[in-house]
Amino acid sequence: MKTLSRSRAVRTPGGLSLRLDVRALIVVVLLLAAALAAGVALIGTGDAKIPASDVLETLAGNGTAYQDFIVNELRLPRVLVGLLVGASLGLGGALFQAVSRNPLGSPDVLGLSQGSTAGALVVIVLMSGSATQVTVGALIGGLVTGLAIYLLAWKQGVHGYRLVLVGIGVSAIVTAVNGYLLTKADLVDAARAVVWMTGSLNGRDWEQVWPLLWLCAVLVPLVLAGARGLRMMEMGDDVANALGVRVQRVRLVLMVCAVLLTATATAAAGPVSFVALTAPQLARRLTRSPGPNLVPSLCMGATLLVTADWASQRAFGADQLPVGVVTGVLGGGYLLWLLVTERRAGRI
Amino acid sequence: MSTSTKPDASGSANQNTRRSTVNRLSAENVTLAYDQRVIAEQLSVEIPDNSFTVIVGPNACGKSTLLRALSRMLKPSQGRVLLDGQVIQSMPAKKVARTLGLLPQSSIAPDGITVADLVGRGRYPHQGILRQWSAEDERVVQESMAQTGVAELADRYVDELSGGQRQRVWIAMALAQQTPLLLLDEPTTYLDIQHQIDVLDLCAELHETQGRTLVAVLHDLNHAARYATHLVALRGGRVIAEGAPNDIVTAELVEEVFGLRCQIIDDPETGTPLVVPAARKARLTAAS
Repeated sequence: MKTLSRSRAVRTPGGLSLRLDVRALIVVVLLLAAALAAGVALIGTGDAKIPASDVLETLAGNGTAYQDFIVNELRLPRVLVGLLVGASLGLGGALFQAVSRNPLGSPDVLGLSQGSTAGALVVIVLMSGSATQVTVGALIGGLVTGLAIYLLAWKQGVHGYRLVLVGIGVSAIVTAVNGYLLTKADLVDAARAVVWMTGSLNGRDWEQVWPLLWLCAVLVPLVLAGARGLRMMEMGDDVANALGVRVQRVRLVLMVCAVLLTATATAAAGPVSFVALTAPQLARRLTRSPGPNLVPSLCMGATLLVTADWASQRAFGADQLPVGVVTGVLGGGYLLWLLVTERRAGRI
Repeated sequence: MSTSTKPDASGSANQNTRRSTVNRLSAENVTLAYDQRVIAEQLSVEIPDNSFTVIVGPNACGKSTLLRALSRMLKPSQGRVLLDGQVIQSMPAKKVARTLGLLPQSSIAPDGITVADLVGRGRYPHQGILRQWSAEDERVVQESMAQTGVAELADRYVDELSGGQRQRVWIAMALAQQTPLLLLDEPTTYLDIQHQIDVLDLCAELHETQGRTLVAVLHDLNHAARYATHLVALRGGRVIAEGAPNDIVTAELVEEVFGLRCQIIDDPETGTPLVVPAARKARLTAAS
C-alpha cells in the first residue's frame, strides 16, 4: 500500500496514532536551532562582548559574577522577550491569516498594531506615563481595537474580505488619531513615541518576560487544540461544518487568542513591523505544506525577531537601531525574494 | 460502512412501506429563513432510507436551503430536523459528521494540497488528538480514492486537476467520512456534460452497490428523473410532489413547478420520463 505523500504516521499497538509532516518537523527544528543560536549570539553582542562558549557556560550557571550579571540580568531577558514577542506575533499572524483566509488579514494590516500604538501614545503624550503604564495603555489599545474590528466585521461569522476591509478602515481611523496625538506632543515625548512606534527591545527586563511567558503557556496549547479544526476551516465553513467542526466556536476562541497574543506582544516590544505578516508566509513556503502551519509560523516569528535584533546590533552598534526597522527590511526582502524565486519555479 | 440492506428497486409499490417506517433523516414542519427572509414555512420532507433522493425546483425555490437545514448548516427558526430520532442540532457535531456527510457548493481546495491529503481530511470526524492517522484511516482513504477513480491522482495537486476530476476528489473526501447518508448540493454545476454524467453515474453506483442514502440537489430535471429513485419537487418553499419519477413527473407537474409547457416522453435509454419543452411557437400561442 502506498503511504500518503509527505506525512508519516506513527502508531502504537494501543491504538495511538500521530501524523507527522516530516518536512514541517525539520523546518521547525532548524528554525528553533537558528533562533537559539541567534539568541546566544545576541547575548554575546554589545559593549561587553562575550564569546558564545562563555555565554553557554554562564547560562548553565558557571560564569563569573560579572558575566552572570551581564548575561542573566541584562541581556537574557531582552532575548527572551524577543523570542516570546516573535513567537506570539508569528502565531497571532498565522491565526489571523488562516481565519480570514487571506494573507492581508494580518494584525499589521487590520489596525491592531495601530490600536496598540494609539493606546501607548495616549499614555506617552497626554499622561507622560511610565514605561509600565505605556505597556498597559498599548495592551488596552490593542484589545479594544481587536474587539472593535470583531464587532464591526461580525455578520454571520467573520468573512475574510469583510474582516480585511473593516480592519483597513479601522486602521485608517486609528492612524489619523495617532498622527494627531503626535502633533500635540512636545519634542521629548514625540521622540519617545517614535522609538516605541518602531518596535524596540531596548531595556527589556524580567518584568516583561513573565507576563509574556505565562500568556504563551496558556494560549499556545489552547490554540494548538483548535488547530485541527482550523485546518478543516481552510476548505470553507460548510465543509468544516460537515466534518463536525464547531466553526463559530473554534473561530471565536482562536480570534480571541490571536488578539491577546498580538496585543501583548505589541505592548511588550512596540508594533514590530511585518513579523505577523511575513512569518506565516515564510513558514508556509519553507514547509510547503497546506494548513495553517501554526508551529512553524511561531518558530519563524521568534527566529525572525531575534535574528533581526542581532543583525541591527551587529551592524549599527548596541541600541542604535530599533529592531522593527530591521524586521521590516529583512522580512520584507526575504518574502519578496521567495515570491520571485517561486514564481520562476512555477509555484505561486 | 452502512449496515443497511441494498435498496429495493424504486417504484410505486415501495411507496407505502416507505411511508410507514421511520426514516433516518426527516424535516418536520420546518420554517427556514436567512435573517428575516423566509424561504420556506411549515415544510416537511422525509428522506426514504436507501433512496437516491433528488430535490428539484426552479431557482430560489428553497432546495439548497432545505439541504442546508437537513445537514444542520441552517437552524430552522421553527420545526425540527430529525436524524435517527434525535433533533440534529442537539447531537454532538462529530457524531452527526459520522452519520451524515455533505458536499457543499462552496468548497475551497487549500493551496498546494495533494489529492490524497484532501481526501484524508474526510477522516476528521473519526479522529482525535491521540488518534490522528490510524491504519483504518489509511485504508478508507485508499478505498475512497479507488471508488471514485482518483487513486492514480493521489500525489497530484488538486489545483492542477480538471473540474470533473476535482469534483470526484471532493466526493472521495465525503466518502472517506464513511457516512450512511450523503448529501450533495448541485454536484454537477459548472461541469461539462460528460463530467455531469460521470458524477451522476458515480452517485448511482454508490447508492446501488453500497446502499448509501443519497440526497442531491440537481438543476437538470432530466438528470433528476433518470437517476433519482425518489424525487422531491419544490416550488416557493413547498413540496409540490414527491415520489418515484415515473409516478410523479407529468407535463402538468412540470408546468406547475417550473411554469414550463412541455411534453413528457419515455427516455429511449432508460424508460424514465424525459422532459421536452414545448416549441417556442406553441408556448407563445398558448400564452396569448
